[in-house]
Amino acid sequence: MRELSYDAAVIGGGAAGMAAALEIRAAGLSCVILEREDHLGGILLQCVHNGFGLIEFDEELSGPEFAERMEERFRASGADAYLGVTVMDVEDAGDRKVLFGYSAEHGILRVSVRAVVLAMGCRERNRGNIRIPGARPAGVYTAGLAQRLVNMEGYLPGKDAVIIGSGDIGLIMARRMSWAGAKVHGVVEILPYPSGLTRNIVQCLHDFDIPLYLSHLTTGIFGGDRVESVEIAPIEDGAVRFEKAFRIPCDTVLLSVGLVPENELSKKMGVELNPMTNGPWTDSRMMTNVPGIFAAGNVLHVHDLVDYVAEEARRAGAACARWIRGEGPGRELRVKAGPNVRYTAPCRVGPESPNKLYLRTLIVKNDAVLEVRLDNRVVQSRKKAHIQPSEMISVTLDPKDLAGAGPDSVLEIAIL
Amino acid sequence: MGSKNAAGGIFDVAIIGAGVCGANIARRLSQYELDVILLDKEADVSFGTSKANSGIVHGGFHHGSKYLKARLEVQGALMFDRLHRELGFPFRRCGIVVAALHEDEMRVVDQLYRQGVENGVIGIEMCSRERMLELEPKLNPDTVGGLYAPAGGIVEPYRFVFSLVESAQRNGVEVRTSFRAEKAEREGDLWKIRAADGSFLSARYVVNAAGLFADEVSRAFGAEEYTIRARKGEYYLLDRMTRARPDRVVFPVPTSVSKGMLVVPTVEGTVLIGPTAEMTDDKTDTATTREHLEMILGNARAMIPSISENDVITSFAGQRPVLEEDFYIEPSRKVPAFIHVAGIQSPGLTASPAIGEYVKDLLKESGLRLVERPGYDPVLPERPRMFDIDHYRADALVAEDPGYGNIVCRCEKVSEAEIVAAIRAGHTTLDGIKYFTRAQMGRCQGGFCTYKILKILMRETGMGWDRITKRGAGSELLSGRL
Repeated sequence: MRELSYDAAVIGGGAAGMAAALEIRAAGLSCVILEREDHLGGILLQCVHNGFGLIEFDEELSGPEFAERMEERFRASGADAYLGVTVMDVEDAGDRKVLFGYSAEHGILRVSVRAVVLAMGCRERNRGNIRIPGARPAGVYTAGLAQRLVNMEGYLPGKDAVIIGSGDIGLIMARRMSWAGAKVHGVVEILPYPSGLTRNIVQCLHDFDIPLYLSHLTTGIFGGDRVESVEIAPIEDGAVRFEKAFRIPCDTVLLSVGLVPENELSKKMGVELNPMTNGPWTDSRMMTNVPGIFAAGNVLHVHDLVDYVAEEARRAGAACARWIRGEGPGRELRVKAGPNVRYTAPCRVGPESPNKLYLRTLIVKNDAVLEVRLDNRVVQSRKKAHIQPSEMISVTLDPKDLAGAGPDSVLEIAIL
Repeated sequence: MGSKNAAGGIFDVAIIGAGVCGANIARRLSQYELDVILLDKEADVSFGTSKANSGIVHGGFHHGSKYLKARLEVQGALMFDRLHRELGFPFRRCGIVVAALHEDEMRVVDQLYRQGVENGVIGIEMCSRERMLELEPKLNPDTVGGLYAPAGGIVEPYRFVFSLVESAQRNGVEVRTSFRAEKAEREGDLWKIRAADGSFLSARYVVNAAGLFADEVSRAFGAEEYTIRARKGEYYLLDRMTRARPDRVVFPVPTSVSKGMLVVPTVEGTVLIGPTAEMTDDKTDTATTREHLEMILGNARAMIPSISENDVITSFAGQRPVLEEDFYIEPSRKVPAFIHVAGIQSPGLTASPAIGEYVKDLLKESGLRLVERPGYDPVLPERPRMFDIDHYRADALVAEDPGYGNIVCRCEKVSEAEIVAAIRAGHTTLDGIKYFTRAQMGRCQGGFCTYKILKILMRETGMGWDRITKRGAGSELLSGRL
């Protein structure tokens, strides 16, 4: 068994993993990325559309271009990356952690490190997760799998598609399938508003005359060997009107019904998860409840933009380096998700240093106000022209906002 | 694979239906100097009733001793340990509890106990509330008492069939899939069987183990007229990370029509809840319904309150062949050399090894000469699974075959080498590979690994993209090349 030793290991070589590794390396520590695919870049590689990089690189890039830029920076940093390595297990060895990575090329790698950054990303929720009844024919794919098949493998999964869920990948795939010559007969969303970004609704559905069925429940998938139709029913005043159900003929169903941070490995390490995000609880440094294990990117909470993933992961990487050097976090304040706030990540802040938080709201609203309260005293108030659950909101807190915080103080973030 | 063609396409025995009954019969007959062929209309074996059921080795107390099925159940259950040693399919005697939630249910429990004792079941025990909660701490604390059958167990039904078929093949049985026996006639002392695609073969004896379609096969041979009806059972599968996984199979107290909905800790670590029991007109209808799935969750929670819908990773339904109260296993009285193995509903899986034995005897009584074959090897070579082994053994395996180091299915820890082994064993559909290896069966349900399996399948078989299917012709996965 081949043994490796580093100051830190990053599990996952997507945008988050590369950004975290860069910062660890920049602090003069040794670092390795363990990536299960044969390339760095993660899910970005199949996102061939534009819209990435506006914040991180100040220009609009495609997913592969964003990944390439990140990889250039990563390669220049001198950090190592092992590709085709799936981390299957972690052991606690006193002040070190031992990762076991499975690889065809290297056999089983035993990687001993002082700290770990979790950057495994997320997976797509599937049909079973949302319990769509009906038959089990061929032709039902998650949108991300279809994206992989079309953009990277060069296959068209079907000719007449219905997309269930209006998440961003589903919207993007509606456009991609149309370009590839398939007919998309509709996008079905259970909520009264779309789950994806507004720009994607416009560019991917409106521009292609694809109907969006809001407030519709998918009541069944039908077909023998291959999908023949999808049945949907409207939801009116909170009740599913089954008697108004109708079927849309199609041969393909794509599911874009949400993403789940992939934390099975984290749980094995004893990392505790926030049920609101399915990602780890972390302190202000994005360290989990297990000392020396950090988390960033979609494994921490599902992001809307990769630019935010990279930004968050750079902070996690830098914090990981400080932890390895023995710098403590200092005093910490708990952050409470107040009215209309689904969660914040991280869920603690350090009153002595600048903090950045990401949050998601529970509501759709114009002219909203974001309020930060320290022990019921408003310390920051910002107007927001429009908010919706699909778009992340960032909050920056300066030490002066948090001045006067006592040991039992609570910071609450609310949307009014 | 060691299979040999019988001279001129003439077999001693043709078994129609490669489900758990057909597979057991085939393997049992492979011990003799016989040319045996196992036929199935589907693209792979075990693609009918045997792939979608509860996977229980029953405790022998559900049926009275007057039934053939009760006798075969008890006998079959005892045969599993040896089969497991020889074939290595996933099996464990985790024990079965029947939980009574009301005092008046204890009368039925009492009756089950007596039935079990009369059937000769070993170790069966009447339990107080305390004993029940000790045996299964996740049970509803309102449990008033129940029954414990320590020898009851769990098995992965398709893996059981796959290993039986593989063992039969190694001992000379020929397997032909995508063969739909449509018409048969007598030619001298032979049955000439014609398939839907025009191919045909001849056999001296025919065993009709066609499950849901045994009635159609019987008709095709001009044998007894009967009607197999289908009873659909819907299930939910829960993630192996669920906190609600019990240590034993948990049954409710049965009603006169059904054993009820169970909570099954599968051998592979997931949890299965269900089934419903609903008669359907369409034997191919395996659609699930919202109402039934909600009902399953409700029933399962009544026994194990910690079961959560958030743990659900998939749902599915299976069809059980219903003929009459008992199994119908006997030679035709209308036509020669034709044995019915029909109406094998629960406890068919448990009874199946005994059914193999029983049918072997019926064939012998009907004149089939059984001569033991020297060189019969009951043991299947062990196939390593990355899921089961430690890192050091894994490292040694990867040194032998790097394919073991390439984890294709991360949820169930299945390597490329295991996928290749499945394909080489003849499982060339996505579903076949899924049942053989568990890849695509975990929490992501193939979201991450499907395209990888697709590529391996094309590489290993030389099939083009347009021939890759989920479960045989008609279920093609892709519709175009960009």
